[in-house]
Amino acid sequence: MYIIIALVALLFIVLVGVVVSKLQGVLKGINKAESTEVDTSGNKVNGAMFIIVLLIGAVAITWSYLHAREFFLPEASSIHGRRTDDLFWFSMGILTIPFIIVNFLIFFFAWKYQHKKDHRATFYPENHRLELIWTIVPAVVMALLVFTGWKAWSDITSDAPRDAEVIEITGKQFNWIARYSGVSDNKLGNYNYKLIDPQNEVGIDLSDENSFDDFTNPSELHIPVNRPVLLKIRARDVLHSVFIPHMRVKMDAVPGMPTKFWFVPDKTTAEMRAELGDPKFDYEIACAEVCGQGHFSMKMRLVVEDEASYKKWCAEQATFLQTYPEYLAKVPENLKAKAMKYVPAEAAAPAAPADSTTSGGGVGTSSSLR
Amino acid sequence: MSAIEGLETAHHHAGEHDHHHEAQNFWQKYVFSEDHKVIAKQYLITGILWAVIGITMSIIFRIQLGLPDSNLSWLKPILGGWISDSGKLDPNFYLALVTMHGTIMVFFVLTAGLSGTFSNFLIPLQIGARDMASGFMNMLSYWFFFLASVIMFASLFLQNGPAAGGWVIYPPLSALPQAHPGSGMGMTLWLTSMAFFIVSQLLGGINYITTVINLRTRGMSFDRLPLTIWSFLITAVLGLISFPVLLSSVLLLIFDRHFGTSFYLSDIYINGEALPNVGGSPILFQHLFWFLGHPEVYIVLLPGLGITSEVIATNSRKPIFGYRAMIASMLGIAFLAFIVWAHHMFVTGMNPFLGSVFMFLTLIIAVPSAVKGFNYITTLWKGNIVFTPGMLFSIGLVSLFVSGGLTGIILGNSALDIQLHDTYFVVAHFHLVMGAASAFGLFAGVYHWFPKMFGRMMSTTLGQIHFWFTFIGIYMVFIPMHYVGIAGFPRRYYQFTSYDFTHKFMDMNMFISIAAILTFLAQFIFLWNFFYSIFKGRRAPQNPWRSNTLEWTAPINPGHGNWEGEIPAVYRWSYDYSKPGAKEDFIPQNIPYSQTLESNFPHENELISLEKTIESQNFNDQFNSAH
Repeated sequence: MYIIIALVALLFIVLVGVVVSKLQGVLKGINKAESTEVDTSGNKVNGAMFIIVLLIGAVAITWSYLHAREFFLPEASSIHGRRTDDLFWFSMGILTIPFIIVNFLIFFFAWKYQHKKDHRATFYPENHRLELIWTIVPAVVMALLVFTGWKAWSDITSDAPRDAEVIEITGKQFNWIARYSGVSDNKLGNYNYKLIDPQNEVGIDLSDENSFDDFTNPSELHIPVNRPVLLKIRARDVLHSVFIPHMRVKMDAVPGMPTKFWFVPDKTTAEMRAELGDPKFDYEIACAEVCGQGHFSMKMRLVVEDEASYKKWCAEQATFLQTYPEYLAKVPENLKAKAMKYVPAEAAAPAAPADSTTSGGGVGTSSSLR
Repeated sequence: MSAIEGLETAHHHAGEHDHHHEAQNFWQKYVFSEDHKVIAKQYLITGILWAVIGITMSIIFRIQLGLPDSNLSWLKPILGGWISDSGKLDPNFYLALVTMHGTIMVFFVLTAGLSGTFSNFLIPLQIGARDMASGFMNMLSYWFFFLASVIMFASLFLQNGPAAGGWVIYPPLSALPQAHPGSGMGMTLWLTSMAFFIVSQLLGGINYITTVINLRTRGMSFDRLPLTIWSFLITAVLGLISFPVLLSSVLLLIFDRHFGTSFYLSDIYINGEALPNVGGSPILFQHLFWFLGHPEVYIVLLPGLGITSEVIATNSRKPIFGYRAMIASMLGIAFLAFIVWAHHMFVTGMNPFLGSVFMFLTLIIAVPSAVKGFNYITTLWKGNIVFTPGMLFSIGLVSLFVSGGLTGIILGNSALDIQLHDTYFVVAHFHLVMGAASAFGLFAGVYHWFPKMFGRMMSTTLGQIHFWFTFIGIYMVFIPMHYVGIAGFPRRYYQFTSYDFTHKFMDMNMFISIAAILTFLAQFIFLWNFFYSIFKGRRAPQNPWRSNTLEWTAPINPGHGNWEGEIPAVYRWSYDYSKPGAKEDFIPQNIPYSQTLESNFPHENELISLEKTIESQNFNDQFNSAH
């Protein structure tokens, strides 16, 4: 379809070019006699082109807009997302007015006031009232847009409500890792980038008792619907950016500087599937800050579910210590008893002496548990 | 040095002009020249070569994005190992292409090629000076740029490819060779090249400012300066303030890369190793970078707007509407350019309060920009418009500037930027308002001043055809790109098949790519027209566009020192087009009011008494300064 249009446009332009060049030849013969006159070859054709391009352009932009509209701003699934969407279309609506007026005037004036022999332009160097009008009108419109935008921005970036579900998401080359605070204490444990190793991918600090029930997930992020979710965002190596298109969420992940973003998702994955009529629909998390070779495929699945299934899913997840009981060795002596609760009994017994030989057994146990 | 040469010319200018030039050999005349006109041409030709390279890169990655199934094996002779055996582009090289396209177009084409060419060429000719304040520094400026070009060009041939972290080279990606192949030697050469480039810009900028302030001819007061010169002056000031900041950020990055400092690095675990760096901040780099990066947008754009002002006034046969408002809005834009940089950083984790402040400041820029747009339109109103290619490109610039600028109001709104940041909406926005608009300024300038540069005319018809192809093509590329951006497609993605939300708009991306290729091909019309006309073009008349500015009073092929004999004095502003009562529809700046009694306004008649004073001044002629 587009190719056809492109070809038509091309053909059209080539034809115009041919006409212009033909005309040029004709005009050359005329112009030679009066060399002091300004060279206006092709003026008529170019003047007409402005009107033709204006009309065709208006049709093309309208048509392509209507055609492309179905993919604009994928269905918003968060409360602030619908607000910024409204603001976006409101701003777009306002800006379309000057877009149309200004381009119309440019093209129309170019055609209307093209060179006429023995005609003279109007000497009109200034008009302070006009200048004032088109200083003040944009200023007022800007003030309106700034105010609405600022209100939305300060609400979106305000502190998260206290009951927000806190989830940590860490970017690395080239995937995301989610860390949950666990079912028992609902607190994320400390972390330190120096503790990162192939198993402990986000550097969980096991000397902090809050980390004992933390669990991680490198492929899916589950969040509850209709409840504030606070993402604590980190990066392990280079800059990344958490981008959840349907939630209107974007925030950079910066090594050495934790960032955050909170939002209220209000449509579960199942609801969205029903709404879009697409049983395969999934929310996705992408990376929006160039981070290297795999930047274009740093995908994580986002699952929004109701409170009950979310709780159930969390309870089913094996904590980090359950998955890798050998890390019990890193727990300080005085907290060992507490940590035991989160470790499967059969793994805990051999793991207690903190011997490197047990690690194989530990991993074996945990994988069977999963 | 130029003063000594000048003295020599002053003695000879009576007749034997050739005698003087025999003293210069080929190298002095065309290569290590201190003549601003030759340096301008050097900048222009280098810029055009870079533009061909930079745009070709964009075509390669547009093929990758729009026609992902195409077999690129035919590029193997040039790109070698970057094309896989199955004819696919290497993802690392895709990022390198994106990065180098941005770097080349922003710095080497639109900064050096545009402002380097026209500031050099027009400042002395339009203010009535023999040459730049320091011809030697001017020559150094070009050769530093040339050195930077050679280094950047060499980096294209590295085994691991050139720099590839985006033209903004955000660390830590750009600081860690283990993070990406392009962050090794490629980045080292990028940083070295940019350091030399900045030196070149500073040498040039100091010269432009000094020349405009000190070397204006008799009577050329600031309120008679053509808007081109105002724009070059403001651009040079912007560059002089902001480029050193880029240099410092580049230096700190070099320290981080080679000397183990931690300005931008902290808490990094990469390739199985925790790096010792703590306490640095990647955000610091972004602040420093955008402190240049945002003014850079206006460094690129303002010369284009200045050229447009001149060309639109000349070819509408009307004075530019609101001359003072135009200067005021340029000054306003220039000032605001320095305090809006963080709108590039709304979602980097910067304090949201700062986001609010920068949103407010950013949206203020729309006001002076709107004033400029409306003033251009009013200049067209009731004009007597001649569609020279330069004029067409200037009209096109205004359209692109407004269309692209409007979406900036969306992006400057931090709440809306959350979704649109780093999507194709941004790409479409800045390509229209900064890329295409400035490129149109460059084209307008080349078409308009080609007769003065080479003493010959370019083909008008080919120029007009070139314009329509380019103008329609640009819109066909970037209007659909807005749609892709609104749908949420992130930029710098090698392909769009990894996600469901980008698994659509295949046809739209294909359309964009095809439109881009057509637009690219149309540029060969220009290249042919340009190079053919240098040698074979019709000989230019003295003042082909019947323009008012001083350069058209110089000989058709101005020699060293620009004017034979005295530099003309200036008695009026440069926009006396279609003045009521005047014989012709233009009155050049060097015509005194005493000769145009029929068209003078009352306040202008009063100025006649000052003409004797203006004539008797002679303090700015470098050739006569020794007397």
